[in-house]
Amino acid sequence: MTTPATPSFVAVERATAASRGALAAGIALALFAASLPFWGESSWMREFVEIACYFIFAMMWNLLAGYGGMVSIGQQAFFGFGGYAMLVLGNFAGLNPFVAIPLGALAAGLVAIPVSFIAFRLSGGYFAIGTWVIAEVFRLSFANVSAVGGGSGTTLTALRGIDKATRESVTYWMALGCVVAAVALVYLFLRSKRGLALLAIRDNEVAAESQGVPVARMKLAVYGVAAFGAGLAGALYFVGNLRISPDAAFSVNWSAFAIFMVVIGGIGRIEGPLVGALVFWALNKFLSDYGTWYLLGLGLLAIVTTLFFKQGLWGFAQQRWGWSLFPTQRRLVAGKP
Amino acid sequence: MLETLLQGVLLGGLYTLFALGQSLMFGVMRLTNTAQGDFIILGAFAVIAGVSLAGAAAPWLVALAVLPVAFGFGYALQRWVLNGTLGKDPLPSLVVTFGLSIVIQNLLLELFSADPRAIETGGLGTRGLAIGESLSLGVLPLIVLAVALVATGALQWLFAHTALGRSFRAVSDDREIAELMGLDAKKVYAFATAIAFVLIALAGALQGMRTTVSPSDGPLLLLFAFEAVIIGGMGSFWGTLAGAMILGIAQQVGFRLDPGWGIWFGHIVFLAVLVFRPQGLFPKTRG
Repeated sequence: MTTPATPSFVAVERATAASRGALAAGIALALFAASLPFWGESSWMREFVEIACYFIFAMMWNLLAGYGGMVSIGQQAFFGFGGYAMLVLGNFAGLNPFVAIPLGALAAGLVAIPVSFIAFRLSGGYFAIGTWVIAEVFRLSFANVSAVGGGSGTTLTALRGIDKATRESVTYWMALGCVVAAVALVYLFLRSKRGLALLAIRDNEVAAESQGVPVARMKLAVYGVAAFGAGLAGALYFVGNLRISPDAAFSVNWSAFAIFMVVIGGIGRIEGPLVGALVFWALNKFLSDYGTWYLLGLGLLAIVTTLFFKQGLWGFAQQRWGWSLFPTQRRLVAGKP
Repeated sequence: MLETLLQGVLLGGLYTLFALGQSLMFGVMRLTNTAQGDFIILGAFAVIAGVSLAGAAAPWLVALAVLPVAFGFGYALQRWVLNGTLGKDPLPSLVVTFGLSIVIQNLLLELFSADPRAIETGGLGTRGLAIGESLSLGVLPLIVLAVALVATGALQWLFAHTALGRSFRAVSDDREIAELMGLDAKKVYAFATAIAFVLIALAGALQGMRTTVSPSDGPLLLLFAFEAVIIGGMGSFWGTLAGAMILGIAQQVGFRLDPGWGIWFGHIVFLAVLVFRPQGLFPKTRG
């Protein structure tokens, strides 16, 4: 692609003051967070690991639905598969579970390729429910394998030799690393040429194809990356949890919470799941004692947001104040003459 | 073997009723109702609540009384909630119906607890009809099958031979042109959902009579309904019926082989149809 000659007094910019500040603050925050095991309490670390899994999963759902235009209710298939792959590698192949986390994610990414062959037969709303059926097939299949405990699940025994403090600190650092990596992966992917192609496909598939965007290949790539990320979240979650069962691993609640976080925060923007995860964490912390009423409220909140605030919280902030922490679009600004 | 087949067909009758509403709503306005199963369960609990409120009234009468309520509910839901979510982007309608699904599940859990319940039919549920020496079919499943056949035929007739059916087909084919011709698409959609909800309530009442229902059953029923629609092919109600039969038979065969794999086998048959004949077995329309 050739760039037309740019007049010297106009510059093309992507970064904004807010995004530069956010990058610096993000790095500082990540470094500060990395020191938590030396002064924090272990309950904080556990809480962080859990919310990190929710966040990574939501981030990947946002990539798939918000950018790829593929609304799925079946991403828990890859979440659970990543968890089980990690467990099998740890318990049976004798691998260190921390090493098995990225391998579990990779396994989930690879299994997404044959799965996509079936799932891509459907589109729109039917894709959503079709992926749910596929996740159910995963759940029922694992529930019938007695080597991994069948329907009642099994325990991650591979971590037995490691003492509790080390295990919790390493799990925490892994989670922190995965969060940073997931944000960076999605951001860099969207900034690249492929990201631009993805946005084109989301906005109009036929037009994108006619402009030479390889639609089928791009969709598969996004589906694979999202499955990898979901598998990463799953493998991480069950290292933190030490116990896996088909009902927990392949629960549709994972997708439900991801949808909630993304819709509340704002779909199709990287800040969306970040804000959504914070809101979800706060609601969960203070209101989850209300049980059914709490879940009912989450459902209602998602409905009301979709009907009346389609852009979500961050979308509102972006429209109102022009905030953008992870800008992917380029802007023309007047440069120095 | 014959018994398995017949049981599968009877189960298919129930699945037909689960699926017709889904087929209708998708056919008319391309709306995927992810709360389909939960609304079926809601219908069953409405009958249960009605029976206990009315004292010893016959469950059939209560079920009949619920149907017009369901019609009004469906009309209102479409007119004032779901119409706002329609469009090229499937996300709003999916999130709203999925949110409704969570709301219904937790509301029922709060009101009725997680215990499975059934609609008392005075022994009808256990009565059998002997056919030949060794074969016996339940009376209630036969009634369900008959209702399913009548409902499918009635829906097909409504689509083919009435003014309302014509308006359904018109807005489905091209909403803009239909509106230019003087149809109010939003009202037509509301009528489609109203009819779908009558079928949903019917399915719920019969499900509650045939077996037990609990608040968390909905999602599985949604998946069965969806599979029946896809196997049968979109746009044809007799196709949906055939799809439901195939799903029912597949599950029965699976259960026969191993009780742990029955539903799994049904899912696999569905996925196989998707791979080898993605348009479904008996498609009428495309898209």
